[in-house]
Amino acid sequence: MKKIKCECGHVNPEGTVLCEACGKPIEGNQHIDGNKKDSLLNMRYEGSARRSQTYNRNIVDKVWNFFSSVKVGVWLIIITLVASSLGTIFPQEMYIPPGSDPATFYEDQYGLAGKIYYQLGFHNLYSTVWFMLMIALIGVSLVICSIDRVVPLHRALKKQKPKRHHTFLKRQRVFGETNGQADVEAFKTKLRKQRYKVWDEDGHILAEKGRFSRWGPYVNHIGLIIFLLGALLRFLPSMYIDDFVWVREGETAVVPSTDGQYYVKNEDFILENYDPDKDERFQEALMNQNAPVASNYQTNAVIYERTNNDVVGAEPELEEIQKKEIVVNKPAKFDGFALYQSSYQLDEFSAMSFTLHETDDESAVLGEFTVDLTDPEMEYELDSGARVVIDEYFPEYYMDENQPRSKSKFPKNPAFVFYVYPPDGGDPEVSFAGIGMNIDPTNENQYKLSLAGYDTRDVTGLAVKKDYTLPFMAVGGLIFMIGVVQGMYWNHRRIWLQPREDGVWIAGHTNKNWYGLKKDIEKSIDQTGIDIPEDQQQLKG
Amino acid sequence: MGNLVSISSNLLYASFFFYMIATFFFGGTIRDKKNSGRGKASTIGISLTIAGFITQLGYFFTRWAASKHAPVSNLFEFTTFFGMMLVMAFIIIYFIYRLDVIGLFALPVALLIIAYASMFPREISPLVPSLKSHWLYIHVTTAAIGEAILAISFVAGLIFLIRQIDQTKKSKHTFWLEFVIYSIFSTLGFIIVTTTFGAMDYQAQFQAPIEGQITAVEYHLPAIAGPNAGELQTAGAMQPLFDAPEWMRGESAARKFNTLIWSLLSGLVLYGAARLILRKRVAAVIQPKLKKFNPDLIDEVSYRAVSIGFPIFTLGALIFAMIWAQEAWNRFWGWDPKEVWALITWLFYAFFLHLRLSRGWHGTKSAWLAVGGFAIIMFNLIAVNLIIAGLHSYA
Ligand code: HEM
Repeated sequence: MKKIKCECGHVNPEGTVLCEACGKPIEGNQHIDGNKKDSLLNMRYEGSARRSQTYNRNIVDKVWNFFSSVKVGVWLIIITLVASSLGTIFPQEMYIPPGSDPATFYEDQYGLAGKIYYQLGFHNLYSTVWFMLMIALIGVSLVICSIDRVVPLHRALKKQKPKRHHTFLKRQRVFGETNGQADVEAFKTKLRKQRYKVWDEDGHILAEKGRFSRWGPYVNHIGLIIFLLGALLRFLPSMYIDDFVWVREGETAVVPSTDGQYYVKNEDFILENYDPDKDERFQEALMNQNAPVASNYQTNAVIYERTNNDVVGAEPELEEIQKKEIVVNKPAKFDGFALYQSSYQLDEFSAMSFTLHETDDESAVLGEFTVDLTDPEMEYELDSGARVVIDEYFPEYYMDENQPRSKSKFPKNPAFVFYVYPPDGGDPEVSFAGIGMNIDPTNENQYKLSLAGYDTRDVTGLAVKKDYTLPFMAVGGLIFMIGVVQGMYWNHRRIWLQPREDGVWIAGHTNKNWYGLKKDIEKSIDQTGIDIPEDQQQLKG
Repeated sequence: MGNLVSISSNLLYASFFFYMIATFFFGGTIRDKKNSGRGKASTIGISLTIAGFITQLGYFFTRWAASKHAPVSNLFEFTTFFGMMLVMAFIIIYFIYRLDVIGLFALPVALLIIAYASMFPREISPLVPSLKSHWLYIHVTTAAIGEAILAISFVAGLIFLIRQIDQTKKSKHTFWLEFVIYSIFSTLGFIIVTTTFGAMDYQAQFQAPIEGQITAVEYHLPAIAGPNAGELQTAGAMQPLFDAPEWMRGESAARKFNTLIWSLLSGLVLYGAARLILRKRVAAVIQPKLKKFNPDLIDEVSYRAVSIGFPIFTLGALIFAMIWAQEAWNRFWGWDPKEVWALITWLFYAFFLHLRLSRGWHGTKSAWLAVGGFAIIMFNLIAVNLIIAGLHSYA
């Protein structure tokens, strides 16, 4: 490595633009920061030697230089920004009505534009490979870019001397020459009063405050990186589980993704609405709205743990570990898992009872039977010796072009095709029965099935979550916040004073908030005989 | 209780008038030779602003008492709160920089925002279960404060552009600057039109097919664009000039489209009238009055507002939002449109900061970015709420 020795005696690494100690511009390296003779010095990284500006020989250098460029970083950000906005033109797949087929939904709803949207994969934009690649590239760029700058910047800030080369002062944005006597001691006292650290080297003065704020961007970038790593960890199943379970009232269901370790019972599902008569606060708003407004969704749940997990195939033995009223915003938590109130179905049919009687005479009853809709038996033996066999079961029946079909497996509108075997053992008759209907396809049936009654119950939908990545996200977010506040709410201000033959020179630099720096200077030179320095970079108005 | 509600809305009216009068006093400071913000008009202006702010705080807390939840839960309440925070941000910036001209522009923007808010249903609305969380209030209020401070950067950026852009010849700059001014006029137009027809109690009923069902659709403005395939039911109401396009579905899509047309047209009328009277670009007329202000300082105020607002915005609109979403929906991020637009806003300001810091974008470029950032915030507040309905869609 070629070292560069400055006339002040300090040895600088190759690629240095301004001597780390005295700030003298180093001949031959001024193009790196775009410094021109007699123009203001670029002080962004103190003129320190950055790897990206120094080496460009092999492929590693080239990759490094690519990712450490802020121009590239800014492009990555803007591309991600535009891409994100594209994803909001039409709803993402997870927000389209449940059960609809995205392949047809987008075209049906939004026409050709919708079709293109779907075909380009924008309906799932945020999980496409290229979108994640963009985020990953931002991450890489963040890391490289930060390392490229923070190391030399740290070096330069540690090495700086109060005694500066005169061109360094002269080419600062805030600079002033004073001819005549100056009360330097008063100046120093006033600076200290404003919480500056003051160094004096043979009458050369450096006053500095807020240097730590220079690390703000690097701290916030570290926070971002931790956050992005946390997001990456979500792809590990041991770190992150997102599942879902429907539980009917009275039922106990195994909690999915727990290897059969945990069970949850739904004792009661409660839906409450705002009552305009009871709550006069909201009367007007509720009256203006045609539909009722929910005030509470709640599952009274019991959580069990299986105690004989080691016995394969045995009936589970359950031990109650928690009773919990799960409401929105208040999940049940156990062993890293959380159950959230997430969905519901009201009044799902749970059982239907039928009476079999002669078609012409309702009082000639051959027997009654009840079908458990969640787990129907296939065959029912009646007292009279008649048999009823379920041929087909449609939990949520609808007619699809003259074909009976089921929309879902949830018994919201149950219907059956029954075979009825008469007591005497003759040929079966076909009967189609559901809620409010009973169809005899042949019109010759001797026996008829009539609905005798039904039971309903509510179903609760619980989201099952385990998320060990949250601490990463939280820590990342916190570090990011600390970093931005550190970099934004404090500024790194420096004021130099140099004794001259006929007076003093003073110069000032800050990384932001020049107004604040100038105020500080004005206060500290008050009645010291030092003239107010000029801002050499005023926008021409 | 009904009493509290009416006290609350009277306080809101009062604060509106305070801000209006304060604007005139800040206007009076323009003629001062000095621009130090120590003159009499300036003192009265800032005092009235503070009085208005305190009055509006009164509105906020009485309404809170009446509804028993923080009044930031529907579009009216949130937007009003945003206007109030804009005033607060201005007060803070005033005491740092003592620039009256910021008040002269910031207060009218706040007035427009508060007036705009009042065009939405003002009754106290009940909270659906997922909104019942302290994190919601913390999230919404912090986000609004962040956005309000960022809005000050827009105000300063606008002042900078009006002062600096060369008005002697036509350019992209003059065009877009006039466009920004036209957008402000359109907001004003929306308020005037809505208030006028509201006072007349204008109503027009339509029957239109929505999702395959004939549904009643109600308009409160004369229908320039009626619902697609809709039939006017109200006798004496204006026949639509044309139907909204077929892809605008949903019960209120066509009505919102119609409102948008009204806003843009009335904005055009107002802006056209201004041009006719002034016989110059609007910005060219204001420009000479701003000559005494140091553009460097205005530029710095704009940047300062971003550097103060950005961390608060991050905290409120992203971090607290994630905490709340984690509580309410057990996922801290869901890519719903409102969330995505908050992310876009954040990325945009990160972009702004990087350009400014590392690529030296100062002055005009930086001012345009400040305007662009505010446009994104407004898009998120208005368009995403009204057009792209998501989980957050109030009203
Ligand atoms: C979403 C992504 C990013 C965010 C939110 C972010 C945030 C920030 C913030 C807030 C600052 C401080 C700015 C100021 O003090 O005015 C900063 C500075 C900086 N960022 Fe980023 N950043 C991001 C991505 C990147 C990327 C991809 C790069 C790489 C090219 C990068 C490079 C820098 C540099 C070089 C600085 C200036 C450091 C200095 O001059 O002291 N950032 N960033």
